[in-house]
Amino acid sequence: MDAETQLQTNIEQWRGYVQRHRAISVADVDEMEDHLREQVSSLQDAGLSADEAFLVAVKRMGSLDALSREFAIEHSERLWKQLVLLPAESDETGRQSNRELVVVLSLAIGAALSLKAGFAWLRGSAVGVNAALLVLPFLAAYFAWKRQVTAKVAATLIVPFVLVALVLNLFPFEPDGATEVIAAIHAPIALWFVIGLAYVGGDWRSDRRRMDFIRFTGEWFVYLTLLALGGGVLIGLTVGAFGTLDLNIEPFIEDWVLPFGVAGAVIVAAWLVEAKQNVVENIAPVLTRVFTPLTILMLLALLAAFATTPSVIDVDRTLLIQMDLILVLVLGLLLYSISARDPLAPPGFFDRVQLVLVLSALAVDVVMLTAMLTRIAEFGWSPNKIVALGLNVVLLVNLVWSVRLGIGFLRGRQGFAELERWQTRYLPVYGIWAAAVVIAVPPAFDFV
Amino acid sequence: MRIDKDLVAASATPLVLGILAEGESYGYAILEQVNALSRGRMQWTDGMLYPLLHRLERQGHVTSTWRTADSGRRRKHYLITDSGRAALAERRAQWAVVAEALDQVWRDATTPPIVTKGWA
Repeated sequence: MDAETQLQTNIEQWRGYVQRHRAISVADVDEMEDHLREQVSSLQDAGLSADEAFLVAVKRMGSLDALSREFAIEHSERLWKQLVLLPAESDETGRQSNRELVVVLSLAIGAALSLKAGFAWLRGSAVGVNAALLVLPFLAAYFAWKRQVTAKVAATLIVPFVLVALVLNLFPFEPDGATEVIAAIHAPIALWFVIGLAYVGGDWRSDRRRMDFIRFTGEWFVYLTLLALGGGVLIGLTVGAFGTLDLNIEPFIEDWVLPFGVAGAVIVAAWLVEAKQNVVENIAPVLTRVFTPLTILMLLALLAAFATTPSVIDVDRTLLIQMDLILVLVLGLLLYSISARDPLAPPGFFDRVQLVLVLSALAVDVVMLTAMLTRIAEFGWSPNKIVALGLNVVLLVNLVWSVRLGIGFLRGRQGFAELERWQTRYLPVYGIWAAAVVIAVPPAFDFV
Repeated sequence: MRIDKDLVAASATPLVLGILAEGESYGYAILEQVNALSRGRMQWTDGMLYPLLHRLERQGHVTSTWRTADSGRRRKHYLITDSGRAALAERRAQWAVVAEALDQVWRDATTPPIVTKGWA
């Protein structure tokens, strides 16, 4: 009996060791514990003592580090941060993270100074057009440093930035023309995919790494929002406090604190995602679960509003653009929740909710497409219309196929991995579309 | 006889799929069967079976359900899917080619040493 208790303690201890490996989930430990116990009892039947049987069984199970690595490769979503952070706990790690802090702070200050210089030297609309170009290269540099990319990848990273800079500044845009605004909006989106290339360390073909990048984008957005909220409150309080002293510090805030804060936050948020994921990791599923039903309600309300509008042609042009933004948001939400989901979990209630979300987005998209085509037939082409239409088609293709795969998944015809793979494979389409808009639309409409 | 690690890794997927094609099973039982089939000559690192099973599950070749074993413990059972059967057929065809090629090599390769021996 004593040996038996000892065995139980041993197995408990083994469980504890295994669980410390974050790539191995509790369910996996359950599964392996069952295995271990079977193995132990079969060895005991063969005549070994409880102690011996336990030792042999553990030995046969294999080295936990090797095992954890295998699990990590298979379940990268469980510890995407460990894969990039290197989990070893040693002095080397401490020095590494100190060095990283220095790099992050220098890059953040660099980005801030570059944005500030842009504000000081660029005139008129050029500031807005170039804002992303002034900040994002520093973010790309951070990931290039962090992932220690090869020279070839580094060169591939620089080329798009140079190209976009040339296009945005050499194209003879008409002042206040629509194409300039369109190019300014799409340039950061195209550049974000360059950041993605840096993020995945040049390994852009891997579906897993692309999914990691989707995850990163979602978390980065959450962190950026948190930083913006905190910064906003702090600035508000400071301005108020100085106001009571009859000191007006708003010009200082506008000239210095905002550019530094915004540019710094972009870099720091990325670093936070890299270093402190555990905090947000628990928020991601919660956020998607809260906002998915709310977004469905919003989409349905919009559909109802469309239905009560007398004629789709009369729908305001700005509303159409607004709706495009909403659809982009829905897609972001969809990607975010897919990235936060355990791909092995069986179809559940929330997957149905998500399908409803995609279906309502699809309905909105179809209504929008009709409205746009009617407008185009009525009033002819314009840069705004062609961009909105193109975006709609890009989204429509994704949504239709997502519905198909979503239904297939709920019916158990295929795994969730199919849905994941579809989204990761489709990812470059957005980047290519944004790049195409920046490069092709302004000349096509004579830069008006 | 120790079998080369790469060889074990390469044969693991078809072996597991083949065992599951016979019917639903779980980790320990699968390993037992591998042992029996190879008469104990093929030793796997037990733990490595699980990431493999999970990979097959993600690829949709198997599905899993938790059941309660006689011992009262929770146990994860795996069941092959149609796509798993297709993958197994595909692997089988591949292995047949490899085996055939190897077979010829063995036949050609074993003759010379015997001849040399005869001359010595």
